[in-house]
Amino acid sequence: MAVSAPAFRVPERSLGGEVRAIRVMWEREVIRFTSDRLRMITSLVQPLLFLFVLGTGLSTLTSLHTDGINLRTFLYPGILAMAVLLTAMFSAASIVWDREFGFLREMLVAPVRRGSLVLGKCLGGATVATFQGVVVICLAGLVGVPYDATLIVEALALLILLAFTLTAFGVMVAARVRQIQSYMALTQMLVLPLFFVSGGMFPVRGLPTWLLVVNRLDPLTYAVQPIRRVVFDHLGLSASVREQLDPGVTWNGWPVPTALCIAVIVVMGLVMTAIAIAQFSRED
Amino acid sequence: MATVRADATHPDVVLLTAGIRANRDTRRSCGRNGVRVGHSAVSVRGLVRRFGELEAVRGIDLDIRPGEVFGLLGPNGAGKSSTISMLCTLLRPTEGSATVAGHDVVRERDLVRRNIGLVFQDPTLDGYLTAERNLRLHAELYGVPKAVLDDRLREVLEMVGLWERRSSKVLTFSGGMKRRLEIARGLLHAPRVLFLDEPTVGLDPQTRASIWSYINELRKSGDGPDRITIVMTTHYMDEAEYCDRIAIMDHGRIIALDTPEALKASVGTDRVQIETDDDTAAIVALEQQFGITASIVEGAVTFGVPEGELFAPRLFSELPVRIRRVSVSRPSLDDVFMSYTGSTIRDAEANSMDRLRQQTAMMRRSGG
Repeated sequence: MAVSAPAFRVPERSLGGEVRAIRVMWEREVIRFTSDRLRMITSLVQPLLFLFVLGTGLSTLTSLHTDGINLRTFLYPGILAMAVLLTAMFSAASIVWDREFGFLREMLVAPVRRGSLVLGKCLGGATVATFQGVVVICLAGLVGVPYDATLIVEALALLILLAFTLTAFGVMVAARVRQIQSYMALTQMLVLPLFFVSGGMFPVRGLPTWLLVVNRLDPLTYAVQPIRRVVFDHLGLSASVREQLDPGVTWNGWPVPTALCIAVIVVMGLVMTAIAIAQFSRED
Repeated sequence: MATVRADATHPDVVLLTAGIRANRDTRRSCGRNGVRVGHSAVSVRGLVRRFGELEAVRGIDLDIRPGEVFGLLGPNGAGKSSTISMLCTLLRPTEGSATVAGHDVVRERDLVRRNIGLVFQDPTLDGYLTAERNLRLHAELYGVPKAVLDDRLREVLEMVGLWERRSSKVLTFSGGMKRRLEIARGLLHAPRVLFLDEPTVGLDPQTRASIWSYINELRKSGDGPDRITIVMTTHYMDEAEYCDRIAIMDHGRIIALDTPEALKASVGTDRVQIETDDDTAAIVALEQQFGITASIVEGAVTFGVPEGELFAPRLFSELPVRIRRVSVSRPSLDDVFMSYTGSTIRDAEANSMDRLRQQTAMMRRSGG
């Protein structure tokens, strides 16, 4: 049975073709994630450990100073960000994986823009990371955060933005890494410092200057802050407690509005996507 | 399905070659869908590629006709893979130019990519996806029309005998199955030129034979401008014989280019091997009586003479040494390579490995 002479030709480059490329890249990320149950569980282990083990253990020490607010409740916004951070960085690892196992080459020779491939990848990673965020949102009741529609919608919107920016960050880092081990080591080196410094585990006020400076430079700070705002808005706290636990990010004494925090996340996401695209476009 | 024999003589292939050549002239004037009329499938002018100090490809010229099965033959490190990478737009030429399906590989990279299929030595499949999912992903990237996709998918998967396994994850496949799937994928979007980089390396003889049977099927399918052009690299001499034409590469240059038959004929001598009671005496006698320089290869006195079958009977009557055994063989592509470079492909490969080792050692010493 010989193969017949095909009666079609590959069409010219078109916008539709690029959209298709974005879609298949997205689809591939999602398929790979959903077919890997183990990964779904493992990327949740760390945040949940922080929330329930560290949060519960330390709450015996801190209950005096948090005016009846459980430490787990305080940690919750940070843990949301952390779940997204870990999953996003892990999603980006597949780029290194693909390079090592050759699949990247199949994509790089395809007659589509590299930008479409990178964008599809970032959107796919963001979807997966947001999904993990949703799992953590579902646990809100366990730490005394009410299931409120506005809270859920707002938190979800923030997580989507954060997930995209962090995946773009991961892809940007992964673009030049050749081995999966190197990427994993690099991720280990980046993830915990980013999280610790971001103020996910403490109020960002009254810090020593050096910590204050690195905190303001940490991109994750600008994600944790709005998420915390959204969650704390629904806890019914008194103004003084709120002020103590959620002092807000300031730039040299000027309180940074939430909208600007969100803008920082969005702009960083776009810049990092652009850098990632440039890196892959250079590749021959 | 045609079976392919892995021995050196294969009259069926010779006939096939002749048939293709007869068709070729009628094909030249045809062309459609953006492929320029009367152009070669692949055209290369003064192509050079340097990697720092190392000059991997040192200025090659090449014209591959539409519908041809063209082989790039040579030892590892001869520049075959660099050449094919440049033609596939994966590597930028340092100098020179090349067109594939009528499009420039640097300026019209996307148009080239649209018209080529690629099968690499190393797998480029997603092991976590099923065979079918891998192909569908490829079809989407290349924009294969929805209306034809299902039929086309079945056709290519059946051709490589993987239709029944379409729902299995690729990581459960053997090396041979992966290669077959890659060939199916390379053909899925109906490319005009299919590039195969060492398509049979590391495969068992059976799979190698089946891959050649696919290539021969492709060669029979379609006609006129629709016939696919196949460009492949190989360092297996016996496989190169199945190509319509081959270019022998060594040290980044094309040192010979013709049909396998013509190349072998150009050697001009047959290989004669004799086993005697006294090999040293035999060599001396050959030198003195016939003016032939012989040497011992594979334990037998070996030399080349024109028309070996006619020469062999003379040996028995005229050589003063008793001959136990004689064999006469037509020149193989190995002999062709030998006659152009003075070494066998295997030796050339060993040398290039040595060079590589020396370079690495030097780099380590200077860098250390």
